[in-house]
Amino acid sequence: MEQTATLHDRELNAGYRMKRSAGMAAVYAALVVGVALMIVPFWWMISTSLKSPLEILAFPPTWIPTGHFAERADGTWEEVYIVSQDETAGTVDVRSLDGDLERTVAASAVVDRIRFRFRNYAEAWSQAPFARYYFNTILITVFVVMGVLVTSSLAAYAFARMKFWGRDNIFLIFLSMMMVPQPVYLVPSYIILVKLGWIDTYQALIIPWFAHIFSIFLLRQHFKTIPNDLYDAAIIDGCSRFAFLWRVILPLSKAVLVAVVIFTIVGTWNSFLWPLVMTNTPEVRPLQVGLARFSQEQGTSHELMMAAAAFSVAPLIVAYFFAQKQIIQSMATSGLKG
Amino acid sequence: MTWLETLRRKKFMDPLTAAFYLVPAAVVVMVFRMVPIASAFVLSFFDVKMGRIRGFVGLAQYFKLFQDPTFFNSLGTTAYYVVGVVPASLFLSLLAAVLLNKKIRALGFYRTVFFLPVVTSLVAISMVWKWIFHPRLGLLNYVFEVLGGNAMLWLEEPRGIFEMMASGLGWAWWPDGLSGPSLALIAVIIVAIWRGIGYNIVIFLAGLQNIPDQYYEAARIDGANSRGVFWRVTWPLLSPTTFYVLLSTTITSFQVFTQIYLMTGPPVGGPMGTTKVIVYYLFEKGFDAGGNMGYASAVALVLFLIILSLTLVQRRLVESRVYY
Repeated sequence: MEQTATLHDRELNAGYRMKRSAGMAAVYAALVVGVALMIVPFWWMISTSLKSPLEILAFPPTWIPTGHFAERADGTWEEVYIVSQDETAGTVDVRSLDGDLERTVAASAVVDRIRFRFRNYAEAWSQAPFARYYFNTILITVFVVMGVLVTSSLAAYAFARMKFWGRDNIFLIFLSMMMVPQPVYLVPSYIILVKLGWIDTYQALIIPWFAHIFSIFLLRQHFKTIPNDLYDAAIIDGCSRFAFLWRVILPLSKAVLVAVVIFTIVGTWNSFLWPLVMTNTPEVRPLQVGLARFSQEQGTSHELMMAAAAFSVAPLIVAYFFAQKQIIQSMATSGLKG
Repeated sequence: MTWLETLRRKKFMDPLTAAFYLVPAAVVVMVFRMVPIASAFVLSFFDVKMGRIRGFVGLAQYFKLFQDPTFFNSLGTTAYYVVGVVPASLFLSLLAAVLLNKKIRALGFYRTVFFLPVVTSLVAISMVWKWIFHPRLGLLNYVFEVLGGNAMLWLEEPRGIFEMMASGLGWAWWPDGLSGPSLALIAVIIVAIWRGIGYNIVIFLAGLQNIPDQYYEAARIDGANSRGVFWRVTWPLLSPTTFYVLLSTTITSFQVFTQIYLMTGPPVGGPMGTTKVIVYYLFEKGFDAGGNMGYASAVALVLFLIILSLTLVQRRLVESRVYY
């Protein structure tokens, strides 16, 4: 197509080419608008998280966190807020952010400077047991990922390479259950966990997610592509069935296993409805539920809420920038939309 | 000859060996999937309060459900939501994918940016957008005012958008039944489109890249203009992808919960209950006040039937046009 296009272009007049480049300019313009719309909420989250409580109320709002600064008697600068302005005298009454001392200074002595209030992060972090929430989410994610890897590889191996009674029917039942959405079985799951005495425990957030049907499906499809000759050769060399899985099949399935790990991490890290229903206390509450609780209780300190939101999404977003290709691919195959 | 030997003779494996590999997954699937799914159906015939089964009530929950105006409202709200999200999301993501497929520079950059919200937790996204929609201090109202528009209540606005448009035109009266989805629901819809578009773009892009170049060359040689190429080549060859995106977006949209729970309210469910979707209603009935779990199960079953029928339609359509 490339060659045809250049051949064509040479024959065509300059007007056509101009029209084409104008078209491409429109394409880029549309994409830039799209990018801006996608980025602005993230920008707004970070920007708000670094503002002072008073700057939140400023109208028009500031895109980059900015503060008013006035010089102290000893020549150092401190951040102040403006209490009132006297236009005729050219003075402003200012009050320092931390103290109550109000003073009058010349309007020209107050300057606006960009500053980032990183202490919002520390403050948000200390207002709720976020360290605990973080620990809980990491613990739950690690266990779920390990569980999914073990159960799915074993089951996929059985489905892909063994012949046993009812194999295909069991597999079909598994697949059909994949199509039932979570809200449908939420109530009975809750009752089961009550009966097991698991409400408000880590088990409730880990064990039910130990088996992931889609991962079994994905791995089975991949295991089936590994040639039988390999198996025969390995068996003749005295390799056991389990050793074949461990030493031959799994190393050959690294790409699929990575995909499974990625969508399991993202799904577990971001899951909300299940832990919301199954936990009541902060001891086992994962990060997302804790964050939601924080936003509902906090309510007014937008800079703290945005700081909390930012440090809750940070690990996945940082990971995303390092491995975006694999993450996009993995999420796209899983059909997982969070 | 025992049945075990018969199986062996047919070259079937020892069921015990297979069981060793299958049991870990099967036990979890059985206890936490199969049993709950089966009981979701059964529970809807029982009176269950706060996790305790109190007695068989037959179809009583369903009779109550079909006379429950809040339930029908939640179905209507969900329908508004689905209709608001799905076509817009499809159109915008297809548009973006077609633009991205034009051999542009830095494709990876655009894809990364559009996909970013998909990996971001819905809880954080809901918080950020709630702040953007803030009636007094929000970024959106600021932008509106700069552009010469009026500030709006957004997530706190219970009035329907058609009613608002009518009053904007100066009409004194508008029929009650036609007021449309509330502005609060529209705000939630905007967020859902923003959140999901990157996923759909990636799927569409993969679909577009699967269309062989020869078709485009042939169309060009035949003198087709770009509109003709799109409708005669791209659109029909992309149809399996479009069906997939259409139905998967629809199925996900029917299950919307987190944004409603976090963005609208308090009280949750939005101003005058205008954002109370079906999964939120299920949650409220089953877990919030009272904990009427039998009733919630009946709601769940209706949701299940809707999604099941959509899934069956999807499989039909995909199977009848296999290009994968």
